[in-house]
Amino acid sequence: MNIIVPIKQVPDLVEELEIDSSGKDLDREWLKYKVNEFDDHALEEALLLKEAHGGAVIAIALDGDDIDKALYAAAAKGADRVVKVTGNYAGISNRAAAKVLAGVIGGMNPGLVLTGVQSVEDRDGQIAVLLAHYLGLPHVSVVTGVEVSGGNVTVHKEYGGGMVAEFEASMPVVLGVQAARETPRYVPVARVRQAMKSTELEEIAGGDPGVSSGSSISRMFKPETGGGAEMISGSAADVAAKLAEIIKSKM
Amino acid sequence: MANNIFVIAEHLKGKVDDVTYEMLGKAKELAAGGQVVAVLLGSGAKGLAADFAADKVLYVDSPELAEYNPEAYGKTIASLVSAHAPKAVLVAYTSQGVDIAAGICVDCDMPLVAYATGISGNHVTSQLYGGKMNVESAVDGDRFVAAVIPGSFPAAAGKGGGAAVEDAPAPDLSGLKVKFKKLIEPAGGDVDITQSPILVSVGRGIQSEDNLPVVQALADKLGGALSSSRPIVDAKWLPKTRQVGKSGLKVKPKLYIAVGISGAPEHIEGMKDAECIIAINTDPKAPIFSYAHYGVTEDLFDVVPALVDKL
Ligand SMILES: Cc1cc2nc3c(=O)[nH]c(=O)nc-3n(C[C@H](O)[C@H](O)[C@H](O)COP(=O)(O)OP(=O)(O)OC[C@H]3O[C@@H](n4cnc5c(N)ncnc54)[C@H](O)[C@@H]3O)c2cc1C
Repeated sequence: MNIIVPIKQVPDLVEELEIDSSGKDLDREWLKYKVNEFDDHALEEALLLKEAHGGAVIAIALDGDDIDKALYAAAAKGADRVVKVTGNYAGISNRAAAKVLAGVIGGMNPGLVLTGVQSVEDRDGQIAVLLAHYLGLPHVSVVTGVEVSGGNVTVHKEYGGGMVAEFEASMPVVLGVQAARETPRYVPVARVRQAMKSTELEEIAGGDPGVSSGSSISRMFKPETGGGAEMISGSAADVAAKLAEIIKSKM
Repeated sequence: MANNIFVIAEHLKGKVDDVTYEMLGKAKELAAGGQVVAVLLGSGAKGLAADFAADKVLYVDSPELAEYNPEAYGKTIASLVSAHAPKAVLVAYTSQGVDIAAGICVDCDMPLVAYATGISGNHVTSQLYGGKMNVESAVDGDRFVAAVIPGSFPAAAGKGGGAAVEDAPAPDLSGLKVKFKKLIEPAGGDVDITQSPILVSVGRGIQSEDNLPVVQALADKLGGALSSSRPIVDAKWLPKTRQVGKSGLKVKPKLYIAVGISGAPEHIEGMKDAECIIAINTDPKAPIFSYAHYGVTEDLFDVVPALVDKL
């Protein structure tokens, strides 16, 4: 069974986000990127499934900044193959990215396609669902647990309030993963470096998406932070004293 | 049909989700001469439309639609959207809606704008980057699908009832590849954070499980309960019953102290109606400060123990 895991890089929100001079995009010059955290969960779930049932985990990503490193990291964690889809995909919409990915993944004989349920940049929709529709495969999103038996998977999909729905789906199927059953494994940088030497990063030329998001950004702006909040500053002791007063007044 | 606005109703266990009313209210504003059409799927669920403020309800009844199923619901909704060609379709950005919205986009070739918190004409505002940026999109034509974040619009405007309910046919739903098995209720037996008037809520800023006593001490001192953001639960440091937010519980305590929580939209959804919100976060740009009444940008490991001392 091939378990395909599309991953992507997104801006690290720990960094300060600034708007560029066009007023329509982030200033990306100094932006730090990291793998979408939900893609990390998808990869973890894929590795857990492989460990339990065998099969091959194939991490795949569209060409872009720092993507080689992300793919090597996936290899270091245990992905059997890492594939970069080459082409000029800078700034590509999710819909177009899904179409390009579908073109490549469709030829990989997928059993399961696991990817993050969402990312912080999904302006035009979530990759998992878009991808499923371009592949013509069934899908379930917001998945927190996957069990494979025979040609079927049993998945848990989370609703609000801690409620979970259980579905059974026949493979191949695309799953938007919210959380793996285990905390995504960590690999030290040394192991990633090792993977860079020992792993072949496959390159497959991607096609022309032929679709776009169908919309364009007219404006980017920061929400008012602290709009309503009264900010309390001073030494820890001062702040604590003021907070204590506020809290007592509310109780 | 040119100006009609479709609203995809959402329900679970015989109860309509408030976001449906929120979207109906917004749709009325957007319809400009067209009709607000609520789309309701289910089995023997027609009665759920009783309170919909819509011009019309399209109701599809099928045993395959008795419980939400991404495949059956996706197919049915795409067939209705194709047949009726509404100008816009509003879908909730919820666990169900996330499956549906992108499906309409591809199957009916309509632009999708996700994480929507504002819609005006063919401009849709989205909350991106964990709530750190707002992005306004202009849709190329005037048809679009918007995935709407719950809590973005008032629900009252979408309530009223009196809509004509029209039965619509289900498409062929035989041979579904996804089957609904069962609903699993959340485990009980833990403190019920929805009942606690005081919540100290901890996020990833706490760094490790070993540091939890720092915030537990504050909860204990205040006689409140300890709740958390999702990553703390995913890491299994606290049980699922403590999670506040979209996929956790909605809470409305008198006092909510968010410690080391950034304020991602999925978290905000669960706590923004708290009477008093205090946020402690070292990042002055953290979105939580847009919702807090009082904010502190000091290190939690300094402030929280000091606060315990002062109480
Ligand atoms: C479908 C779906 C449903 C979801 N449902 C939920 C949900 O129900 N509830 C939920 O919470 N999330 C939910 N999420 C996850 C959500 O998107 C965020 O990932 C999550 O809320 C982030 O949690 P956090 O604020 O604890 O972590 P982070 O975003 O990592 O924030 C940590 C914060 O701690 C601050 N910090 C760090 N060190 C310190 C220090 N020493 N002192 C003070 N502050 C410090 C940082 O500045 C940062 O702002 C959901 C996601 C999806 C995709």
